[in-house]
Amino acid sequence: MISLKLEARSQPSDKMRYLSPLIAVVLTLLSGIVLFSLMGTSPWEGLYVFFIEPVSSLYGLGELAVKATPLILIALGLSIGFRANIWNIGAEGQLILGAIFGGSLALWIYPDGNIWLIPSMIVFGALGGMLWAAIPAFLKTRFNTNEILTSLMLTYVAILLLNYMVNGPLRDPSGYNFPESRMFQDAALLPILLEGTRLNLGSLVTLMILIGLWVMLSKTLIGFQIRVVGQAPDAAKYAGFNHKKIIWFSLMLSGGLAGIAGMMEVSGPIGQILPSISPGYGFTAIIVAFLGRLHPVGILFAGLIMAISYLGGESAQISLGLPMALTGVFQGLLLFFLLAADVLIRYRIVLAFKSKAAQV
Amino acid sequence: MALNPEVIALIIVTIIGAATPLLLAALGELIAEKSGVLNLGLEGMMIMGAVIAFMTVHNTGSATLGIVAGILAGMGMALIFAFLTLSLQSNQVATGLALTIFGLGLSALLGREYVGIAYSGLPKLDLPVLSELPFFGKVLFSHDILIYFSLFMVFATFYFLNRTRSGLILRAVGESHDAAHSIGYPVIAIRYMAVLYGGAMSGLAGAYLSLSYSPMWADNMTAGRGWIALALVVFAMWMPSRVLLGAYMFGGITILQLHGQGMGIAIPSEFFSMLPYLATIIVLVIISRQSSASLAPASLGKPFHPTH
Repeated sequence: MISLKLEARSQPSDKMRYLSPLIAVVLTLLSGIVLFSLMGTSPWEGLYVFFIEPVSSLYGLGELAVKATPLILIALGLSIGFRANIWNIGAEGQLILGAIFGGSLALWIYPDGNIWLIPSMIVFGALGGMLWAAIPAFLKTRFNTNEILTSLMLTYVAILLLNYMVNGPLRDPSGYNFPESRMFQDAALLPILLEGTRLNLGSLVTLMILIGLWVMLSKTLIGFQIRVVGQAPDAAKYAGFNHKKIIWFSLMLSGGLAGIAGMMEVSGPIGQILPSISPGYGFTAIIVAFLGRLHPVGILFAGLIMAISYLGGESAQISLGLPMALTGVFQGLLLFFLLAADVLIRYRIVLAFKSKAAQV
Repeated sequence: MALNPEVIALIIVTIIGAATPLLLAALGELIAEKSGVLNLGLEGMMIMGAVIAFMTVHNTGSATLGIVAGILAGMGMALIFAFLTLSLQSNQVATGLALTIFGLGLSALLGREYVGIAYSGLPKLDLPVLSELPFFGKVLFSHDILIYFSLFMVFATFYFLNRTRSGLILRAVGESHDAAHSIGYPVIAIRYMAVLYGGAMSGLAGAYLSLSYSPMWADNMTAGRGWIALALVVFAMWMPSRVLLGAYMFGGITILQLHGQGMGIAIPSEFFSMLPYLATIIVLVIISRQSSASLAPASLGKPFHPTH
C-alpha cells in the first residue's frame, strides 16, 4: 500500500517559500483551462482573453497599475499585522471610511481647491481608515475582543454608512436624486502621470510608501519587534515587547493605508463618491499579502498578478460573455493552491511503501 | 401599526425565520470547534449551500433533493478546508478566508442564470388541529421542517456532547490533541468528521435561506450571516442552549430592522440594517470581558501533526 506522508523538515525551506507562489500561479492557470472548458469556451482563447489581452496595450498596462495600486497599498499594511498574528480582515471597511473622509473634504470646500487639497485629502483618508481600525484595536487591547470578527462586522457597517451618505448628506444637489455625490473639482482629482492612460499620482505615492515601509521593517526597532513577535512569540514575551503597542501600531498602519487607498479610488479612477467604490480590494489584498510572502517587494509583484484577475474578469465579460464572478473564483483558487503549496516549506512529502502486515 | 395578537404572531414568526439559519450554522461550527478546528469559512459554505439548493429545486422540483444538495455542497466546501488544514497543516484562519472568497465567487458564477427567479418556498408542516389554534397555531405549529429540525438539533447537540461516549472523545480531541492521540484516538479522522458535519449544517443553513427565508437566489445573499453565526458560538461559550438563546436574540434584532420603519421611527433604514452587525460587536465585547478564553476548547485553532 502506498501512502503520502508529511515529514517535518529540520528547518523551514527558504527555497520553497519563494517557489510556492509560483507553483500556486501555475496550478491556478491549469485550473483555468479546466474551468474555461467546462464553460464551453476554448481554454486557450479563455486564458488569452483573461490573462494576456488586458495587458497587451499601453492603456492596459496603465489599468494594471490602477488596479494594483489599492491592492498593494492595503496588502502592505495588512502584512505588518499578519506578521505579528494580528488579523485585520476589515480593510474593505477602512477603505470605505477613507473614501468618505477624503471625498467629503473635497465636497465640503467645493468648488474651491488648490495644490494643498490632494495632500489634505490623503491625510483625511488615512484618518478615516485609522478611525475605523481604531475600534477593533481598542476592543482588542482593552477587552481582548477578537479583531477578526469586529473588523469584519465593521465592514458591513461601513457599506451601509456609505449607502446612507450617498443617499443623504453627500448626494449631488444638482443631480436627479441618483445616490451619488457630484463630480469632484479638478483640484481634488489625482493628476494623470501618463497621457493616454489612467495611471495617476496614486501609483507613485504607493511606490514611495512601499519603499518607506521596507526601510522601516528592516531598520527600525518597531519593525524588528514585529518580525520577532511573528516568528517567535515566546521570545518576544520574554524580551518584554509591548504587545498592545504592536496591536495598535499594526491596526493603525493597515487602517491608515486602506483609508488612503479608498481616498485615492474616489479621487483617482472614480472621481466622485458612489454607493460602491471597491470590487472587494480589501479582501483581495489579504491574498496579495500572503502571495507576496508578507514582504514589500513580494507584495508589489503579487499585487500586479492579482490586478490581472480583475482586468481579466472584465475582459472575459466583454469579449466572451463570461461572468465577472470568474475573478473571485480565480482568486479563491489561487489562495487555496498557495496554502497547499506552503506545506512544502515546513514538510517534505514522502511516498511511503507499506505492507499491510507492517502497519500493525 | 397596532400591536394586536395577529401582529405579535407575525413578528414572532419572522424572528424564528431570521434565527433559524444562524442557529443551524452555529450548531455545526460548535461541533467543529469542540474538536479543536476553527473554520472561518462558514459564509462560503453557507452561500454554496444556498445556491446549490436553489438550483437543484429549480431543476428537479423536489424540495427534499434541494435540501440534500445544499447539505452536500456545504460538505464539499468543508472537505477542501479539512484537506488543507488537517492533511496539509495550512493556517486555519487563512484557509477559512480562502473558503469564503472562493465560495462567494463560485456561487455567483453558478447562480448567474438563476437570479430573479422566484420559488414558492418550502411547504409548511401545518400540524393538524394544533396549527388552527388562535395565535399559538401560527406561532408554534405552522413552520417548515427545517425550523423544527433546527430546534431538535439544539437538544441533539447537547445530548451528543454531554451524554455520549463519542461526544466525550470529540471534546477530548479538542481539549488536548496530544493526549487524545497518545491514548490512541484518531485525531485527524475525528476532526475530519467534525469539520464535515459543520459544513453540512452550514450548507443546510444556506438551503434554508434560499428555499424558505427568502425563496430566491441573489449574489451574496448570506450577507454576513456566516460571520454572525461564528460570533454566536463565542457568545454561547460553546454551549448549545446558549446558541439557541443567541440566535433568537439576533432574530429579534433583525426584526427591528424590518418593522422599525413600519412603526414610524424616523431613522434612515441603513442604521436599522447596521443593528445585527453592531449587536455582534457589543456581544463579543461583553463575552470577552468575562474572559471566555478559558471556556474555549484548549486546542482550538492549533494544528496537529502526529510525530509517530
